[in-house]
Amino acid sequence: MTVHTAVPLVALRGVGKTYPNGVRALGGLDLEIRPGEFVALLGPSGCGKSTALRIIAGLSEPTEGSIAWSPTAGSASGESRIGFVFQEPTLMPWTTVFNNVALPLKLKRAPAKDAAERVESALDRVGLSAFRGAYPRELSGGMRMRVSIARALVTEPQLLLMDEPFAALDEITRFKLNDDLLRMWQAMHTTIVFVTHSVFESVYLSSRIVVMAARPGRAFAELAVDAPYPRDQNFRTSSEYATFCRRTSEALEQAMKAGGEP
Amino acid sequence: MSEDNSAHSRESGNPAARKKPGSPLPRGRAAIGPDRVLRFALPVVVLLLVLAIWESAVRIGNIPPYELPSPFLILQTLAADRVLLTHSLLVTLLTTFEGFVLATAGGVGLAVLFNQSRVVEYSLYPYAVILQVTPIVAIAPLLLIYLPQHAAVLTCAWIVAFFPVLANATLGLHSVDRNLADLFALYGASRGQALWRLKLPSALPYILGGLRIAGGLSLIGAVVAEIAAGSAGAGSGLAYRIAESGYRLNIPRMFAALLLLSMTGIVIFYLLSLVNYLALRRWHESALERDR
Repeated sequence: MTVHTAVPLVALRGVGKTYPNGVRALGGLDLEIRPGEFVALLGPSGCGKSTALRIIAGLSEPTEGSIAWSPTAGSASGESRIGFVFQEPTLMPWTTVFNNVALPLKLKRAPAKDAAERVESALDRVGLSAFRGAYPRELSGGMRMRVSIARALVTEPQLLLMDEPFAALDEITRFKLNDDLLRMWQAMHTTIVFVTHSVFESVYLSSRIVVMAARPGRAFAELAVDAPYPRDQNFRTSSEYATFCRRTSEALEQAMKAGGEP
Repeated sequence: MSEDNSAHSRESGNPAARKKPGSPLPRGRAAIGPDRVLRFALPVVVLLLVLAIWESAVRIGNIPPYELPSPFLILQTLAADRVLLTHSLLVTLLTTFEGFVLATAGGVGLAVLFNQSRVVEYSLYPYAVILQVTPIVAIAPLLLIYLPQHAAVLTCAWIVAFFPVLANATLGLHSVDRNLADLFALYGASRGQALWRLKLPSALPYILGGLRIAGGLSLIGAVVAEIAAGSAGAGSGLAYRIAESGYRLNIPRMFAALLLLSMTGIVIFYLLSLVNYLALRRWHESALERDR
């Protein structure tokens, strides 16, 4: 699945971020995201995972280093090349599921008919077509997150950035969404960077795990999860999965020591 | 309601639904239980009791109408003077409505302006506060000197009513969800789009709260100005009728006009509450029925 020789879609070199209050969230972060990859950024809280994601999205400017986009990726500043899923569903409560998903297209002033078709297909992809007229308040937490994912996918982004999207959900919903996400990723041939603090989730989902250490946030170790896709319950219970999880846990433990965690 | 009522049903097999407040529990139509009946019946009983005591006190004590008219006489006066009072009511209503509309436009408009430009906010906000804290009764006579009467009355209604709209709308425009703001930035939303699609809808519950206060206040502003104007010898609104009837010792008419003013205030409040409910019922915490 992963083509390691490919030109990176986006490359962060020596990226650092120091906030005006002096906190150094990132320092010397090197990270390459190649087309078609599913990369997990794994690390303890405070290791700058989310900051790295915001810098890739163009929502935050690095104070050191550079960020380079592949020439085929078009403009670097995001535009519709990037989809972003926040930890919270972050929906507009005052309007319907349909209008929430249509937002990115409306902001780009896409023709209404074209937009409607794309919204329908995005809703279909997350299995919420029947709920297009519902308000976010009327949905469960898992369904709201699906709407959020549909909104991120509606522009068919080259790069989907996800910031601990399932952290607030219960395990059953989380497993279901993990499977659905993998299915969508394979169907759409998109690239995903997924921030998580769960070892199990990172192994189950990703083709590559970047373990981050804190103070300052940086890439500490990298593990290829070269188990084949599609992955399902069988993979979750396999000894292969357990081995990957153990190795990842060890890397995470070392990263935490390196970051000065007790 | 939208075409899709199935949205209200609970997604089965999703325990997350039950943990969060705001999960899709079907909103139950509150049945008319004994509690609800009491809530409406008790105030009515109190009203009837007070009126009965009042009526009998006036009759038994033989109190003359210019000291205290009986409730029955007040209602009779209301019927007898209905042409005069209806005309006055319409005058006051029109002023109140105009003041309210101007206060809404001015309050929301200024808040948007403040939100878009910090320089304008810093320059003007203190004066908006000064205008608010200076008692309107003290400003009204001055306004009546410099402005034609209708304009002066209108200005009073506006001054009293616009500040709550401004203050609430300003608060609302600053209360935008940060992630949503980031999302708009990510998709390259223009300032206009961010204002129209994000900030104003976020501020709507706050603005509607301001309007509910402003509705009552524009009536008060109109009344204050009419009374000030009335003592200058002109005018025809309800408040002017009260002042005029006072000079003529027509106490029953004073009460009748007061009753109309009070009813007007109640109707304004409930109309605005209804608007508030209709606008927010499907999404805002404040307007949702609670499951008990």
